[in-house]
Amino acid sequence: MDWHLIIAAAIKIVVFVFLVTLPLVAMSVWAERRVSAAIQDRVGPNRVGPFGLLQAVADGIKFLLKEDFTPAHVRKFYFWLAPALTMVPALLTCAVLPFGSRLFGEKMVIADLDVGPLYVFAIASLTVYGIVLAGWASNSKYPFLGGVRSTSQMISYEISLGLSIVPLVMIYGDLNLSRIVHEQAQNGWALLPLWGEGLSLKGFILAIPIFISFIIFTTSMFAETNRLPFDLPECETELVAGYHTEYSSMKFALFFLGEYAAMIIGSGLAVTLFFGGWSLPFGWLTPATLDAEVPWWHGMIHIGTFFAKVIAFILFFIVVRWTLPRFRYDQLMRLGWVFFFEIALANVVLTALLLWLL
Amino acid sequence: MPTTSREIEVQDTASRAESLKGYQATTEDLVGEKLVLNMGPSHPATHGVLRLILELDGEIITKADPDIGFLHRGDEKIAENMQYNQFVPYTDRLDYLAPLANNVAYALAVEKLMGWELPPRGQAIRTICCEMARISAHLLGLGAYAMDVGAMTVFLYTFTQRETIYDLCELLTGARFTTSYTRVGGQIRDLPEGFTQKLLKFCDEFLICLDEVDTLLTRNKIFLDRTRDIGVISKEDAIAWGLSGPNLRGSGVDHDVRKANPYLDYHRYQFDIPVGTVGDCYDRYLVRMEEMRQSTSILRQAVAGLPDGPINVVDAKQRLPQKERVLMSMEELIHHFILVTEGLDAPAGEVYFGAENPKGELGFYIHSKGGGVPYRLKIRAPSFVNLSILPKLLEGCMMSDTVSILGSLDFVMGECDR
Repeated sequence: MDWHLIIAAAIKIVVFVFLVTLPLVAMSVWAERRVSAAIQDRVGPNRVGPFGLLQAVADGIKFLLKEDFTPAHVRKFYFWLAPALTMVPALLTCAVLPFGSRLFGEKMVIADLDVGPLYVFAIASLTVYGIVLAGWASNSKYPFLGGVRSTSQMISYEISLGLSIVPLVMIYGDLNLSRIVHEQAQNGWALLPLWGEGLSLKGFILAIPIFISFIIFTTSMFAETNRLPFDLPECETELVAGYHTEYSSMKFALFFLGEYAAMIIGSGLAVTLFFGGWSLPFGWLTPATLDAEVPWWHGMIHIGTFFAKVIAFILFFIVVRWTLPRFRYDQLMRLGWVFFFEIALANVVLTALLLWLL
Repeated sequence: MPTTSREIEVQDTASRAESLKGYQATTEDLVGEKLVLNMGPSHPATHGVLRLILELDGEIITKADPDIGFLHRGDEKIAENMQYNQFVPYTDRLDYLAPLANNVAYALAVEKLMGWELPPRGQAIRTICCEMARISAHLLGLGAYAMDVGAMTVFLYTFTQRETIYDLCELLTGARFTTSYTRVGGQIRDLPEGFTQKLLKFCDEFLICLDEVDTLLTRNKIFLDRTRDIGVISKEDAIAWGLSGPNLRGSGVDHDVRKANPYLDYHRYQFDIPVGTVGDCYDRYLVRMEEMRQSTSILRQAVAGLPDGPINVVDAKQRLPQKERVLMSMEELIHHFILVTEGLDAPAGEVYFGAENPKGELGFYIHSKGGGVPYRLKIRAPSFVNLSILPKLLEGCMMSDTVSILGSLDFVMGECDR
């Protein structure tokens, strides 16, 4: 019994993290370059493989073959530790994301924790250490400024990120992501309550605080993943490359991939919480209960649905990046503390009121 | 710099006395020291080789010290050692984003010394050159500015349009970048066939692109936050620091050499001079956007009313004769020989001519003692003068504002360092 669990978990880790998420990271780099090119009337990478699809492989080889240079003035231990600290938490958060319903009798989630979102935030908040250490250990002014900026930015936005999902937790009364998804599959997605119990006055009214939550969550996600318009820690034009100025080769690539991995996990979480995770709209192919057996092809469709939604979300991230300018540091902090923090708090109260009244 | 102090909690008197010994050191540590940050000469936001030494208190700049001269090539001294026409290629490399405008300004300065005036067609062609250069330079300035505040896409949009301008330059002069189009007393060649049609086509397409940029930036909240009330130059300051060009007009001073002291045939065209109200980065952006629209209008008018006739000054003894005639007749051969070996026979005297270039007033001050070589040639580089206000402007700003301010001042180090 125990062995069975361990082997199943190991297979899920290998397949989901190493065979799906990591390639997805590489592919989102490719997508970023192609989409940005399309936005900017350019062609983008199209030489390596069909449509330049193998560009990610070429990039990876390039990173591996570059000289891994460690400058003499850095604090070596932390300098080497930092890239790992950025990449590892991003991948660890994969564990609680339900990426499918069931397949061959196995739940399609690595660890079906009862405190899913809490686990995600706990682990994701570790990412900041990687950036702080990188900025500090580089022992150089530009990375230092980048590191200082990102610390305050990530910590500030973590608060509104956490607060933004409280209304959802209140509505579902659950912290288990699998159960939240199943609930949405049967009774309408959080943002699309058009079937099941969602198709009622209560469902529609509750969609208002959920929508506010979604806006705050998405914006904070941009800040958490250091993407434009919140990419102050590494804003090219001021800080050269921010906290990873002194990094080269694979160590730089880890920062780079860590950012994209965080983006994918963020998208996964947003999809899980607001767009019904792996479920299809209008309750199609939804299993009757959480533990009900589903045919294998239903399971495959659910997995496909999840990744289709995640990819759509990533494309949204990319389009925003190539459209907007960048905030200034103090404006970003004001937005986080004065605006989003307050709105998120008010939203919690609003949800409580609505739940009490309805 | 604000100082802070804090209470130290100690239980017993003995250890309190002990800790007070170190109190001085603790407070000094709390006050901290300023961070001196070296920005440039090789930095993404300094548009070339400007070096800024910033003294930072946290994110606030307490002192900014621009260090220039990394691109100094001694152009003014070089000019003293060569004939007037030989210096034309060097003017390409002043404001290398608008070489055509530099060529024209230099040629006009020497022509002022010679007392020449170009025939109408020649003047109209030069106006076309100047306005093309203005659009090209503003497009780059705008793109780089937008990229500095994070909007990368605008940069590529504007570069697509600049590519078309380079194609036009190539058609006109044979070179895309270092045009060297003018000579003292005229141009090397007339407008090529099909040039005006291509220019008009460009004008149409370019305005569409400009509207797209407008949509991306002008009402964008983030862009407004980054530029509005940042780097404010008051009217008085702008005049006191001798700013010129869009930076001066952004501060609300209605001064454009094209209107105030018309040269070429600018008096023939209808165009407006956009003027800012506040003098912040946003106003300078708006002024440049409108100037490009006005330039397009001038280009259209110039093409529509393009006169026929000669393009160059006709002066048998001072202008290079036709090549066929040099080979066929004695008189022309002698003139050719004298002109090439000795240069123009310029009169003695001192002239100053300032032209409204994209970056501001580009002035050439020529001190001639007669003969084919200037005794002294001083270049009034608008970028150099515009940059002089940087220490005043940057003080008290945030670190992130430097990129907005540098982008909005739109300077070129090739011109600044000369």
